Amino acid sequence: MAFLEISGLQKFYGPNHVVRDFNLDVGEGEFVSFLGPSGCGKTTTLRMVAGFETPSEGVIRIDGRDVVNLKPSQRDIGMVFQAYALFPNMTVAQNVAFGLKVAGMPRPRIAARVAEMLAIIKLPELGARFPFQLSGGQQQRVALARALAVQPKVLLLDEPLSALDAKIRVSLREEIRAIQRKLGITTIYVTHDQEEALAMSDRIVVMRDGIAEQIGDPFEIYNRPATRFVASFVGTLNVLDARLLDPATGLVTVDGQEIRLARAVRGEAGETIPISLRPQAILLGSGPDPGGRLRGRVDSVSFLGSVVRIRVALDGQNLAVDIFNTAAMRPPKPGETVDLAFATGDVLVLEGAAD
Amino acid sequence: MKPPRIWAWLALAFGLIYFFLPLIGTLEFSLRMRRGEYSFDAYRVVLADPQFRATFSYSVILACLTILVGVIIVVPTAYWVRLRLPRWRPVVEFITLLPLVIPPIVIVFGYIRLYNTSSILPLTGTAMGTNVLLMFGYATLSLPYMYRAVDTGLRAIDVATLTEAAESLGAGWITIMARVILPNVLVAVLSGAFLTFAIVIGEFVLAALLNRPAFGPYLQLIGANRAYEPAALAVIAFAITWACMGLIQLVTRFQKFKTVPR
Repeated sequence: MAFLEISGLQKFYGPNHVVRDFNLDVGEGEFVSFLGPSGCGKTTTLRMVAGFETPSEGVIRIDGRDVVNLKPSQRDIGMVFQAYALFPNMTVAQNVAFGLKVAGMPRPRIAARVAEMLAIIKLPELGARFPFQLSGGQQQRVALARALAVQPKVLLLDEPLSALDAKIRVSLREEIRAIQRKLGITTIYVTHDQEEALAMSDRIVVMRDGIAEQIGDPFEIYNRPATRFVASFVGTLNVLDARLLDPATGLVTVDGQEIRLARAVRGEAGETIPISLRPQAILLGSGPDPGGRLRGRVDSVSFLGSVVRIRVALDGQNLAVDIFNTAAMRPPKPGETVDLAFATGDVLVLEGAAD
Repeated sequence: MKPPRIWAWLALAFGLIYFFLPLIGTLEFSLRMRRGEYSFDAYRVVLADPQFRATFSYSVILACLTILVGVIIVVPTAYWVRLRLPRWRPVVEFITLLPLVIPPIVIVFGYIRLYNTSSILPLTGTAMGTNVLLMFGYATLSLPYMYRAVDTGLRAIDVATLTEAAESLGAGWITIMARVILPNVLVAVLSGAFLTFAIVIGEFVLAALLNRPAFGPYLQLIGANRAYEPAALAVIAFAITWACMGLIQLVTRFQKFKTVPR
């Protein structure tokens, strides 16, 4: 049985339907991310689990107990906020001790638990500091320790890294994941950063307009996106209009160049369908047979560090190609004509509306 | 290229003279009780007057009670309006401003009509009842200052998120108010409290018309009958007010934490 069970969850704000029939089972100790653009309902869903919003319909069960009618203080949850939300009038140690004090834990045990938590977040010497004396990253780690100190059943994180700068974001996300694994705590993590979601999660729920478009592990979400939205939101994607010539063999043309997908494609002959390819699935040069090939002219070349992104123009449409940046190979220059090769298995035929 | 500088200085000088000249005049006059030389005789007379002590301590006690009641009414109200009823803020602000618009004389006549001996709540029937009425009257008069001070304090912290954080850690409303909200707006509450104190100490209309032995009516009585003592009293009243302002500064400076985390 699932540890955290969300079924048939709906939320209306007046006429706005912000969460639509949301269903999710989270196993004990699992790390699940809600990923989506702002306004997709991910934070609202999280806040309904926390008890800060009341569902219009639906059931939320934590460890078998229906919590919909319980106050946030009765739900056994720990919450970490984007704005840290440390109590400014309390020291780090007092912040971490707050929930334990409220629970009426005896003083010596509180002290021991606080010391233990500060050790876990690797800030054992900062107990006497006030929040304003800490950096953003440190504050968020204290907020995490505070949320975990009371040993909640579920940990909820609402874009906890969004206010931090890039480097700290990466190191802190690894740390959060390591602590989560160590304590084995069931976690829901809300983010709009696909890289964060892919790097941290056991499973990802990709949301749009209040709907869970796809639920799956990072590999599945990235490589087998179920909808056009998921494909375009997670990672960079080339979406090309292709004319379907033969649905049975998957023969299509893109700007007049033929691609044989070697599998049946839904649709009518002569119809225009969207097909897509990840930039890193494309190689420069003529690849092995049988494979997909395209020929185009280099439009621009940009260095992204370890990767070089080349924009190639076909006859009207264009696509991005990512190659590794190695000293041995110079990337082509703008204006050059290049051959592109890819495995036809990597070509995704997408369903769902375009954005 | 800075000709306007001179006007700035002139404006400053004009302001300083406007504020300090009467004060200096009053101070100088209060020291002239003894003919031909400066002395503190007027102050000695005033401070030795048992009525001064009685009325002053009466007003101080009333001021403290007013502050207590004001905090109990205003802090939860301002907090709740910020957290749950932000749309009602203009309305609540308007209500708290009313005491500045309605003259105290109107308020007190309203009170006397509402709470006279033939009403359901005959507060004016007893001395204690009248004291209570006066205290609530003072709380009303200080409402604009108290509410604004507390509201400004609440603006400096993220009330909603702090409340949610405390809730998620298992805290109930009383714990949230006492341990999280109040300590973070304490400086604001204190500045509201000192303003209240200054208002209550000098208030005349309410106390006089309710016939209570407060400091304000005593000041008026002395002013009408003596020459030098009123000046001394005015200086004392000023000193008290300024001491209050100084205390606000002091408390702000001695606070260990800051409410702006980033």
